[in-house]
Amino acid sequence: MRHTPRQRLGWSGAFLIIAVCSLVPVLWIIFLSLKTPATATDGSFIPHAWTLSNYSDIFNEGIFTSALRNSIGIALIATALAVVFASAAAYAIARLNFPGKQLILSVSLAVVVFPQVSLVGPLYNLWRTIGLYDTWPGLIIPYMTFALPLSIFVLSSFFREIPWELEQAAQIDGATPFQAFRKVIAPLATPGIVTTFIIVFIICWNDFIFAISLTSTTRAETVPAAIAQFPGASQFTQPIGDIAAAAVVVTIPVMILVLLFQRRIVSGLTAGAVKG
Amino acid sequence: MSSGAVAAPGAATSPKRERPHLTDRARSERKLALILVGPAAIVMIAVIAYPLIDTVILSLQRADLRFPAANKFVGLSNYGHVLSSSIFWHDLKSTLIISVISVSIQFVLGMLLALAMHRAIFARGTLRAIALVPYAIVAVVAAYSWQYAWSLDSGWIPKLLGLTGDPLSHTFGTYVAVIITEIWKNTPFMALLLLAGLALVPDELLEAAKVDGANAWQRFYRITIPLMKPAILVALLFRSLDAFRIFDTIYIFNQGANGTETLSMLNYSTLLDRLNLGLGSALSVILLVLVGIIAFIFIRVFGAAAGPAGSNV
Repeated sequence: MRHTPRQRLGWSGAFLIIAVCSLVPVLWIIFLSLKTPATATDGSFIPHAWTLSNYSDIFNEGIFTSALRNSIGIALIATALAVVFASAAAYAIARLNFPGKQLILSVSLAVVVFPQVSLVGPLYNLWRTIGLYDTWPGLIIPYMTFALPLSIFVLSSFFREIPWELEQAAQIDGATPFQAFRKVIAPLATPGIVTTFIIVFIICWNDFIFAISLTSTTRAETVPAAIAQFPGASQFTQPIGDIAAAAVVVTIPVMILVLLFQRRIVSGLTAGAVKG
Repeated sequence: MSSGAVAAPGAATSPKRERPHLTDRARSERKLALILVGPAAIVMIAVIAYPLIDTVILSLQRADLRFPAANKFVGLSNYGHVLSSSIFWHDLKSTLIISVISVSIQFVLGMLLALAMHRAIFARGTLRAIALVPYAIVAVVAAYSWQYAWSLDSGWIPKLLGLTGDPLSHTFGTYVAVIITEIWKNTPFMALLLLAGLALVPDELLEAAKVDGANAWQRFYRITIPLMKPAILVALLFRSLDAFRIFDTIYIFNQGANGTETLSMLNYSTLLDRLNLGLGSALSVILLVLVGIIAFIFIRVFGAAAGPAGSNV
């Protein structure tokens, strides 16, 4: 390591600035969630009076615990389905020769840039007609769909990195293309699949627009939608402490994922272009 | 794995698409590809195409969920109604203001963040985790955090700046707060897209330029930027399209009050609050066309390679 003290100082300064900019809003919402109702609006960054009552409040209300259950279930199922479908498609795109490959990539790209609000009206209408409104599948289906393109891109770039020769060797040994997929490629592909799973889970976990449009009760409402509809003490006041506490709780899973898998998430999002 | 086993006939030859007679191997490969790609393709097409067609049909009708009996075909009059309303043009303007300013600043900050991540001397993993926090956080949480921070009632920012009025009670203050929220939330993703481009700039080239006497700015401006151009265009394309459909932040801040309503917000309220599916669908189609125009400008005019280079996403 031949870095001058000046370089180290400069880098430390940059690191500090980035850390402050990234973390201040997170610290703020955590502190806000720990303020007592009387001091919630005092405007000080660090609480003067600390309490955990906001957390016990939200966990005693059915609306939040059911929203948490819905969020976890819906995000996990949608992510699992998206990753299964996308793995199959990405394998074909990375490994096989077939007509229409470009079409699949174009359709995926179109889905990525699609303004989701444009789908909300017709889906709302359709879901009410066929009984999917305010149900788990009613959210799982759009989440899975919008997660597919990114999953396909990320997975196919991972799959391209897998050494061809092993698959060919398996096929020379008499394995069918499907066996080669299952026994040789699948184990090698696991890191890419895990990465994709994490990224897609974060996306599903974060969704707001489908959640507020396609759900209305505790049956299927996810946390982001529930937070936005927390009942205040009166019609015109927001329950700041409760909202902040719920915001912190819903942030914890993504924080854990980011801390544990930062390297994977970065390499997944930059599609293997960066050697971490 | 021994390689001495009997090879299946034709297994070694890689099939080419142009070949007039497909080998058995190529045919089974195509069949497998169809089976593997089919489900994903069907899901994407079904979930997007049906509502899309429905949107186009509804946009040509008078369709109001409150008065279902009054539905009828009205041709393009919904489009005329939208395009002649001042609300539409106002919301287009505020969408553009928020998108252009926030994406520009995200680009500058994202580049700095990408350079910091690329040139990290120590604590690279920690920096990466910290920088990912805003990206991974729930958008609604980010919006609440910033809204409460700016609000005169509860926030630390008015206190810090010594403001006496509520910054969120007027248009300018709301714009500033919304744009800062968007920048905070989205700069990390911009940085990641740029980081992918930075990794493609060979160190030797920068070293050579240094030996030739180029200073740091010249090296960055004359070597790094041109070599990164494809990554920059893709990053700007995806961030612009995403910024243009801004919804969550606006909804949480004030549902578009104070003159900061955006097109997505207007589209949502027309569809789901006013339940006017005809007008709302016309707006959806217009929004889609605008997104298409932005993508077209980036891809055709600037030459963003958004094909499989979308693998940069």
